[in-house]
Amino acid sequence: MDFLSPTSLAEALAAKARQPEAVPIAGGTDVMVELNFDQRRPSALLDLNRVAELSEWTVAGEHIRLGATVSYTRIIDELGTRLPGLAMAARTVGSPQIRNRGSVGGNLGAASPAGDTHPVLLATDAVVEAVSVRGTRMIPASEFYLGVKRNALAADELIAAVHLPITSAPQQFAKVGTRNAMVIAVCSVALALHPEQGRVGAALGSAAPTPRRALAAEAFLSAELGDTGQWSAPRPLPGSVVTRFGELVAQAAEPIDDVRGSAAYRRHALAVLARRTLDWAWQDYLRAGHGGE
Amino acid sequence: MTNPSNPSNPSRTRDTALSAPARVPTELTTSVPGGVGSSPHRPDAALKVRGEFAFASDLWHEDMVWGVTLRSPHPHALIRSIDITDALTVPGVRAVLTHTDVPGTNRYGLERPDQPVLAEDVVRYQGEPVALVAADHPETARRAMRRIAVDYQVLDPVVDAEAVVAGAAPLLHPGGNIVRHQPIRRGDPDATAPVVVRGTYRVGMQDQAFLGPESGLAVPAPDGGVDLYVATQWLHVDQRQVAIALGLPVDRVRLTLSGVGGAFGGREDLSMQVHACLLALYTGRPVKMVYNRQESFYGHVHRHPATLRYEHGADRDGRLVYVRAEIFLDGGAYASSTPAVVANAATLGVGPYEVPNVAVDCWGVYTNNPPCGAMRGFGAVQAAFAYESQMDRLAEAVGVGPVEIRLRNAMRRGSTLPTGQVVDSAAPVAELLRRVAAKPLPPPVDPAEVDLRQLPGGVANTTHGEGVVRGVGYGVGIKNICFSEGFDDFSTARVRVEAVGGEVAATVHTAACEVGQGLVTVLQQIVRTELGVRRVSVLPMDTSIGDAGSTSASRQTYMTGGAVRAASHAVRDRLLAMAAAELGATATDLVLAGGAVLSTRDGAAVDLAALLGADAVERTAEWRHRATEAVDPVTGQGNAHVQYGFAAHRAVVDVDTELGLVRVVELACAQDVGRAMNPQAVLGQIQGGSAQGLGLAVMEEIQISAGRIRNPSFTDYLIPTVLDMPPMRIDVLELADEHAPYGLRGVGEPPTISSTPAIVAAIRAATGLALTRVPVRPEHITGT
Repeated sequence: MDFLSPTSLAEALAAKARQPEAVPIAGGTDVMVELNFDQRRPSALLDLNRVAELSEWTVAGEHIRLGATVSYTRIIDELGTRLPGLAMAARTVGSPQIRNRGSVGGNLGAASPAGDTHPVLLATDAVVEAVSVRGTRMIPASEFYLGVKRNALAADELIAAVHLPITSAPQQFAKVGTRNAMVIAVCSVALALHPEQGRVGAALGSAAPTPRRALAAEAFLSAELGDTGQWSAPRPLPGSVVTRFGELVAQAAEPIDDVRGSAAYRRHALAVLARRTLDWAWQDYLRAGHGGE
Repeated sequence: MTNPSNPSNPSRTRDTALSAPARVPTELTTSVPGGVGSSPHRPDAALKVRGEFAFASDLWHEDMVWGVTLRSPHPHALIRSIDITDALTVPGVRAVLTHTDVPGTNRYGLERPDQPVLAEDVVRYQGEPVALVAADHPETARRAMRRIAVDYQVLDPVVDAEAVVAGAAPLLHPGGNIVRHQPIRRGDPDATAPVVVRGTYRVGMQDQAFLGPESGLAVPAPDGGVDLYVATQWLHVDQRQVAIALGLPVDRVRLTLSGVGGAFGGREDLSMQVHACLLALYTGRPVKMVYNRQESFYGHVHRHPATLRYEHGADRDGRLVYVRAEIFLDGGAYASSTPAVVANAATLGVGPYEVPNVAVDCWGVYTNNPPCGAMRGFGAVQAAFAYESQMDRLAEAVGVGPVEIRLRNAMRRGSTLPTGQVVDSAAPVAELLRRVAAKPLPPPVDPAEVDLRQLPGGVANTTHGEGVVRGVGYGVGIKNICFSEGFDDFSTARVRVEAVGGEVAATVHTAACEVGQGLVTVLQQIVRTELGVRRVSVLPMDTSIGDAGSTSASRQTYMTGGAVRAASHAVRDRLLAMAAAELGATATDLVLAGGAVLSTRDGAAVDLAALLGADAVERTAEWRHRATEAVDPVTGQGNAHVQYGFAAHRAVVDVDTELGLVRVVELACAQDVGRAMNPQAVLGQIQGGSAQGLGLAVMEEIQISAGRIRNPSFTDYLIPTVLDMPPMRIDVLELADEHAPYGLRGVGEPPTISSTPAIVAAIRAATGLALTRVPVRPEHITGT
């Protein structure tokens, strides 16, 4: 097995163009497990740990450009107020050791339906910056996940960064696991309020072949809130709206029975999580005094 | 079949002696104060904390090659043929072996030799070893392994233990599919009672989940034998089985314990022991084998899954009139220790209660599920979940609380068990329950200051208090300590005292396996107490000394502690005799203290180092507990057990009733340990045992479907984390057992037994659900 260790993004892209079968590795929290269990024997590993451009985040206008290898720990510590939903999801990843090594770039590269940050990326309209020697593509998260562990990257592309809108609006992430820490999601829900767009983003994880947006739930809630003027003059939400939102999130799922939980449980739990995250987000919105604007 | 083109040298003699491995188990020495009843630092503590302790997976030899195991992908199949030709062509391969290469008897087993070292014409479980490969690199060995062609004729697996008892399964072993049926009959089999509660309970398959995978290093010896460095629980039983399989005299198979990363029963059976030795003898090279985590799930036995049907009859005050039960234990493909597990579940099947009329039937059977055997609690765990669930049902039927129903039926010293055995030492069941019940309850979670870590779901942010209901539950259990049913249970210890650099030093040598529990510390403490010597070394455990028995059944402090005490007494007697001659005194007027012999008559003293000079005093003792007897195969009557251990738990849980997620808020435990030999280690055992019981209650299960393991990894076989295991309130009672050394009572297993039913009772209290199966899954609570 070749071990390629570029020290710049340009070198990394050249290497990836030369050897498109090379598997990128940063924290190694997924790739090393596959290697250790002999589930995967790529002809080459492309080590991104020396590529400094990938390990920084910057403010770019209204967005954070989050380098692909910025660790979950740094997201929690440094970006908690600007990317609250992502930080909440990062907090649920693995153990402290895993959070020190793992990154959103790795989550995207693996494209597991159970990856913790995916629903947040979908709900917050994140955009994946894919780069190659041919140039840069900006891929909306909603177009990134193609199938179980399949994503929209071309063979010669690397994930350089993810662009997420900076927000002070409420975001929530909640994940069911059968242990109180260090557990893979049985199912998860992310919710983001976009008052400036008069819209709600909602997405679910670990309950379909890919992470996915709950489009009908988003449309229903966005319409409810917009039609009743709630963005400028928010009032407590009627229970019927919260319940309907939960139902629609659950209906967006296509869960299976597996060793972590039953399909029926996943649908049930998604509805509960959707109701609760909406309650929490809306309470935050009310508390923030948006009615006075 | 034979291996005509095998590149290895099949000769089992060697021209040159191999050096010892580069990393070997070393002597553990501490020179600190700390006798019996104190908590000195473990001699291996600093090494382990610094990551410097050599576990068996760290063993290394300059000349070694690597062994791997080809395992059956099928739970049940006939083997039509095995073709190793292609595997032998892989460069770097040293040997490819099948059952025809087993030079001795191709059978082993703890209680009956029913398991092949390598499968012959049939495989009986998924993961059964079929062939071995040795190669210069583990990767090479694995590649070659995949090129072994095994032609299987797949058969339907037998997976239902109750169906086996009913006779509705094809024969899996020549002697029949029932490994053991043990009835217990006491009093009137047709007794009736005004209050009757019934229930059927199920226990899933729990794994020991030790952190250090199976591993060892076999080094061929110039005498045609083999030296095996291995992580195990019982060196001598391994030695006997390995020798039989290799066709060697026992003295040609020498074992040394290597660093053990936990055991909990899962290392009682052989795993890679014979395999590594076979490869070493065939290749003439040291062979290292290390399972990875996934292979480990296939490579050791698990806790028997169980179905338990119970009927309790009581008077209107809740006093038990009768218990009738049928217990079905799924032993999987091979017997392992199933007969003894059956005995425990049967003889302890009504729990720590006085019951005048008992009819229990317990079966352990063969299926094509993964083999099951020893695990902490050993049959008592399964029974306790059922009888404690029944006691709660009875409390409800009678209209009293869960503590009160248990107090009204609690056994005590002098009680007669269903086997007819009279309990002749402390049995403070009622006091243990009163103590946990009297402890203050933890405060409710304050919704104004929510810390997610304090809520069900933890940091995954599933609730801020919504749907959360608190519940409290109780459990109490009973466990036999040491080996039972007439087994000749003994341990051997050698103690040596000499002067080293002008300081008196003692050395302890046994074959008792330190598996992480801290036995090495306790043995040092005993020597310090008995000989007044501060510097004590524990030699590596090996088979050059006599058998110590297994590190299981909560017995090692009792048994090897007893043997070390006996050997120390023999050394003491010799030292006092020497000093008496030196001082012109009578030995009975002399005592050992502070590295000297002191006269209690006139205060005269002689320093031990000076007394010994260049001489050493060394004594070996073989020590037995009082004898037990087999139970009657028809009535189950007999004095089967040496000693009983008891623990009680109170569990407080918060349940998110909408999501079915549980957080155990607090566990309170009271346990009688007779004598706390090392109080800190006792607390560690109680915490660890309780945690293992918590795991069974809410998350730990090897999920099996049609004989196949669905979750052979720590990704999906979940064990409690620090956020799952709550703080504990622990009361340790020390009611001396006059039959045991220092009055001690085995500690390790009782807390595992009672924490599971206490936690499930608490979840029931929070949800109102029946919850008859462990582990309780979220779906069981939400009904989805």
